[in-house]
Amino acid sequence: MNLWLIPLCPLIGFLLSGLLGKRLPKQLVNIICVGSVAASFGLVIYLLSNIYPVNTPVTEHDFTWIQSGGLKIGFDLSVDRLTAVMLLVVTGVGLLIHTYSIGYMSHEEGYGRFFAYLNLFMFFMLLLVLAQNLLLLFVGWEGVGLCSYLLVGFYFKEKFAGDAANKAFIVNRIGDFGFMLGILLLVIQFHTLDFASIATAVKGMPVESSMGALSIITLLLFVGACGKSAQLPLYVWLPDAMAGPTPVSALIHAATMVTAGVYMVARVSFLYDHAPGAMHIVALVGLATAVFAATIGLAQNDIKKVFAYSTVSQLGYMFLGLGLGAYSAGVFHLMTHAFFKALLFLGAGSVIHGLSGEQDLRHMGGLRKAMPITFVTLGIASLSISGFPFFAGFYSKDAILAAAYESASPWMFWVGAATAGMTAFYVFRAYFLTFFGKYRGHHHPHESPFVMTFPLMVLAVFSIGAGKFLSVPEWLAPMFPVTEHGSMQPMIISASFGIGGILLATLLYVIVPSLSDSVKSAAGPIYTLLANKYYVDELYAAVIVKPLTLISRTVLWRGVDEGLIDTGLVNGLGRVAQALGEVARRWQSGSIRNSATWILAGSLLLIFILGLGVR
Amino acid sequence: MDSILFIIAAVAAIGCGLNLVLQKHPISSALSLIGVMSSLALLYLLLGAEFIAMAQMIVYGGAVMVLFIFVIMLLNAGAEKRSDKSLFAQIAGFPLLAVLVVLLAFLIRETPFPSKISQVQFGSWVPGGSAEAIGMQLFSKFLYPFEVVSVLILIAILGAVVLARKEID
Amino acid sequence: MIEHIPIWWYLTLSAVLFGLGVAGFIYRKSVITVFMSIELMLNAVNLTFVTFSYQNKNIDGHIYSFFVMVVAAAEAAVGLAIILTIFKNRGTLQIDEIDSMKL
Repeated sequence: MNLWLIPLCPLIGFLLSGLLGKRLPKQLVNIICVGSVAASFGLVIYLLSNIYPVNTPVTEHDFTWIQSGGLKIGFDLSVDRLTAVMLLVVTGVGLLIHTYSIGYMSHEEGYGRFFAYLNLFMFFMLLLVLAQNLLLLFVGWEGVGLCSYLLVGFYFKEKFAGDAANKAFIVNRIGDFGFMLGILLLVIQFHTLDFASIATAVKGMPVESSMGALSIITLLLFVGACGKSAQLPLYVWLPDAMAGPTPVSALIHAATMVTAGVYMVARVSFLYDHAPGAMHIVALVGLATAVFAATIGLAQNDIKKVFAYSTVSQLGYMFLGLGLGAYSAGVFHLMTHAFFKALLFLGAGSVIHGLSGEQDLRHMGGLRKAMPITFVTLGIASLSISGFPFFAGFYSKDAILAAAYESASPWMFWVGAATAGMTAFYVFRAYFLTFFGKYRGHHHPHESPFVMTFPLMVLAVFSIGAGKFLSVPEWLAPMFPVTEHGSMQPMIISASFGIGGILLATLLYVIVPSLSDSVKSAAGPIYTLLANKYYVDELYAAVIVKPLTLISRTVLWRGVDEGLIDTGLVNGLGRVAQALGEVARRWQSGSIRNSATWILAGSLLLIFILGLGVR
Repeated sequence: MDSILFIIAAVAAIGCGLNLVLQKHPISSALSLIGVMSSLALLYLLLGAEFIAMAQMIVYGGAVMVLFIFVIMLLNAGAEKRSDKSLFAQIAGFPLLAVLVVLLAFLIRETPFPSKISQVQFGSWVPGGSAEAIGMQLFSKFLYPFEVVSVLILIAILGAVVLARKEID
Repeated sequence: MIEHIPIWWYLTLSAVLFGLGVAGFIYRKSVITVFMSIELMLNAVNLTFVTFSYQNKNIDGHIYSFFVMVVAAAEAAVGLAIILTIFKNRGTLQIDEIDSMKL
């Protein structure tokens, strides 16, 4: 079976829906776009059933894209065990979210455009996952960034949506710059960008103890991952990206696009294995991001923002796992996170849809009777993300924290466990504020239609069972060797932190609700700091954005562009031509005798040159 | 003998040429031009080009100059008047001219001609007459230019007719 | 008396006639006289062709001269027709007054 068929289906969906979407009835758009993703999913299942258990990767070389000097880059796709995991996650969760969007976006204008962009995103994401060389991966990388821009700015008539889209794209770009430098260095070092070739070439190289070429490369690639996967300091775009429709937040900013950075690091793990310094930095940044974002999440009042910071925090966990060398643990958390985070976002979308657009937690409450299915499924997701024993998140988080416990820096385990407690606390805070207590709003909450609740139920099943039954570390063992856990201690400690967080949230928001207000006022300035996200956005605006716009406006625009180029060069050339023309104009006097005399002079010159030259 | 003829023809040619430049009335210039052409015909004969000499007299002297004189008569061209336009020509013309003639003379003098044939002899050097030789070349090697020139003459006739006819009112 | 005329006398004569033709072209003010100077120049060149034909004993020079004559005749016909038209339109035959081809 040809691998390129898998990304082709959503591409066709994009083209059809993009070009014709306005004129087609909604049913047809549904069939085309959701059908194309379903077709991709079907193809993935078919492919995997054929090549199970994928002991050797399936590669295909479609055409040579670049051939320049010694560099040869082809349109190469391949499927190995890691790709298989990503393919299933992307197409499966993607299919569920597409189905959900049918219900969620049914009242919105630009229906065809939305699905076209979603399909385009699927195309690029599949390309990213299937790519066999780094440049093709980068094409997918950029493409998903573009689709993120298009989808975050979907409600383009609102200024804050356009601004959020700009922010997402620009901050991503900063990361991409690092990524591109990394690619360039790779080309210089290895003269190829093919993963298999680089892996074989790297085998012979020594493990670097200090900053060598590989460390620089891996750090630059990680900068790209920071941008795409919202790590410190480039995470600022993700909370603002909640301006897009909720299915977008679920698909792109929870399940798939932001995990591209994690996937990329796992994909080039052979490079990171040889640069332990860089790996340590990855782990540190991941851990720092996890803590940082979790603290901000404690004080947010918008339900989507809470989950957004939760995403940043969980991505930090994934990078922590990768940085500690536990690649399969990171990927495992990627998969379970896709399930429960998508469920959290879709559930939040269901709540928002049921409340006709309300997103503030302070205006919700007591919805468990009005929206039972959402209540149950969101509860399952919250338990999963908190690491409640035997839910999916428990297994994946434990894998990472166990790796931290047994690593050279066990302090990471304690910080990670404390963050797990914070995660549990703020997720359940949001959950209790939404579904318990008295309803504090003015709308008429109702349950969402079946087309929206069905994906919730499917995801809930996976959020419970994916941990035990879809054990990624076992599946990826041939690629990333797994060491058996020494003791049950880390598992017990982290689980207890999680349960502690849940109990604390129950205390503050269900049993004694007024206690939360007194805690808030007691925390005072700390609370303000957290609620304002540590003023990071304002800092960036003052230090980076403002000077840059100032320079652009005065120096580059007025000075160089208008003054130098427009006036100086372009107009100047015109003026020179005009002046020369004024002078030359007088020659054409119309007098025949003058012209004849000039001809005589010219021919004299010629005779002189020819005659005396021949000599 | 031929040197005397050459001297006479050369002096006549230069004299008529000067006359052409210096005379005020066009008709005098036209008559001087006829004189130049006749002397040149004599010089052609000295160089053994009898066909060209005859063609010169017939075409130039008999047709072109007659045309000129007819036009002068038709337009009633009068003597020239002074003009103070075209200053550049009046000022720079003479020096440039002098330079031209001197340069040409210098180049001619300095060119090493094969000494054997730097002397001109009276009489035809083409066995059988130059007309036959010209005819042979004209219709074999120069056939294409010959045909093109025929078309050229046709076009010239048409052009002259179109330009010079009276407007039909 | 000189026995035979050296060739460069002919060529120099041709050059002088050509120079006289140029002088006439630049200094005469009537259009018809200017035209006649052109004919003088053409004749001078004809002399050069025939002279070189004699020197190289090649009949091609005569043929070139012949073609020059033909073209000069055609040119004279058309040129004089143009002069007639100009006289009809402007009423003057002075070269300096026919100067409308200017910027």
